[in-house]
Amino acid sequence: MSAAETEDRRSWMPYLLSAPALLLFIAIVLVPLAMTVLLSFHDWGQYKGIETVFILKNWREIWSDGYFHEVFLRTFRVAFLVTLLTAVLGAPEAYILSRMKSPWKGIFLLVVIGPLLISVVARTLGWALLFGGSGGVVNKALLNLGVISTPIPFMFTETGMMVALAHVLMPFMVLSVWAALQKLDPQIENAALSLGASQMTVLRRIVLPQIMPGILAGAIIVFALAASAFATPSIIGGRRLKVASTLAYDEFLNTLNWPLGAAVAVLLLIALVLIIVGSNRIIERRYAEVFR
Amino acid sequence: MSRNGPLALIFHTLFVIFTLAPIVVVCVVAFTPEGYLSLPTNGPSLRWFRTIARYPEFINAFWTSIWLGTVSSVIALAFSVPAALAIARYDFTGREALTALFMSPLMIPHVVLGIAFLRFFTQIGIGGTFLGLVLSHIVVVLPFALRLTLASATGMDRRIEQAAISLGASEWTVLKRITLPLILPGLASGWALSFITSFDEVTMTVFIAAPGTETLPVRMFLYIQDNIDPLVTSVSASVIAATVVALIVMDRIYGLERLLVGRGSGDR
Repeated sequence: MSAAETEDRRSWMPYLLSAPALLLFIAIVLVPLAMTVLLSFHDWGQYKGIETVFILKNWREIWSDGYFHEVFLRTFRVAFLVTLLTAVLGAPEAYILSRMKSPWKGIFLLVVIGPLLISVVARTLGWALLFGGSGGVVNKALLNLGVISTPIPFMFTETGMMVALAHVLMPFMVLSVWAALQKLDPQIENAALSLGASQMTVLRRIVLPQIMPGILAGAIIVFALAASAFATPSIIGGRRLKVASTLAYDEFLNTLNWPLGAAVAVLLLIALVLIIVGSNRIIERRYAEVFR
Repeated sequence: MSRNGPLALIFHTLFVIFTLAPIVVVCVVAFTPEGYLSLPTNGPSLRWFRTIARYPEFINAFWTSIWLGTVSSVIALAFSVPAALAIARYDFTGREALTALFMSPLMIPHVVLGIAFLRFFTQIGIGGTFLGLVLSHIVVVLPFALRLTLASATGMDRRIEQAAISLGASEWTVLKRITLPLILPGLASGWALSFITSFDEVTMTVFIAAPGTETLPVRMFLYIQDNIDPLVTSVSASVIAATVVALIVMDRIYGLERLLVGRGSGDR
């Protein structure tokens, strides 16, 4: 085989190899997504069904109706607080795990990130059982410990939604911080300690700045998944407390107003893409100066 | 390396309790002998596990999930292997864009994918069919299959292939006898992760499954929406038990961390 032939092969081989997957994605990802965007501009009526016209009716309805504002605000408020909760709890836990010795390290890493693979429905059911109205296990425990004096309503509230979602998404944060911790050189910590820095100073000035990119990367993943979560808000929130994804589900499968449901979903997608791309930009700019 | 202080260990203990509490409570309540949700204070009973057998909806949904996970993961791998070889070995225009496209199902909310597939499948006449489920699941598991295939294709020693070629092996022989066997561990773990992802998927599937093609998590979700009783906890406990077994096996064989983080940093 001559060199020219190799060059020639180089040019079309990768396209040939990736063509099947590319065609598959065009046919069953890009086309359906484009159809959904189109659907959000169609009209719908109780008796006439979906009418294939191009109007802004659904978008106007979302723009002007306070109910939709409330749902989207709730979606992003819950997602933000869940992200905060996972960062505040997950980052220290990842650090503690990284300082453990074998075999405990391996065992507890499995315990902490293993639930990622356990069915979300089963885990949320667990929280529904723990919350169980006002007489749930969590409230009994908190009351007995004297942490609270009156039961906190968890079921059908945003608080309950946040706790359950934080549990469901915690492994993503721990994994992300864990990955950042693997790059940390323990010698730097030791050097700081030997130079007389306190444990607290080492944490704040040495460890935290170095794992910050990991925390932020984890935060983006958790935020995106929390804002688009469906099963957990649906089970814990009940029929009344809607977030964007459960609202879209309702429009599709109960009201049957597909165009409006499609508009809600497309708006969620656009908002998430903007937030993720925007925060990625900020993080890259911020840490470009520190690391490169 | 310094040890964790007492405060750190207290934090760790509370964290582990938080992590395990909802999982453990499901497994404990599942053993109740009563007809309502309660802890089995009068001794455990298998009553509700036996009851599952009388509900064909759960049994059928279980088999749907198993078949769906198996078939869609195999097909996703078949698409991933050539794509991974292209991305790992060639530097070509559009390489980054292609990788981003194949990984995009991780970024698109599953509720959006569910809606898109519901509309699309209804239009082309395969709404609520098993075929539709398979197509949609190929898309959501492909990023996992591709990532692990890509990792093993990148980490492979290419000199072995070059040696085979210099000894006169044809391209096809090299692929069949050298390349595929070498990336097989990556393929196996890619399949396992894809299968579990498919088996757990509920958000997208709840839009496109119809009565008769409901998967197990969808069936459980719809059941819980109506009411929570010991039956659904025993079904959940069975799912949890099966997952934990699979998890430990995968951790032994491949290392869970390597599977999920995508790099082998291990506990050393």
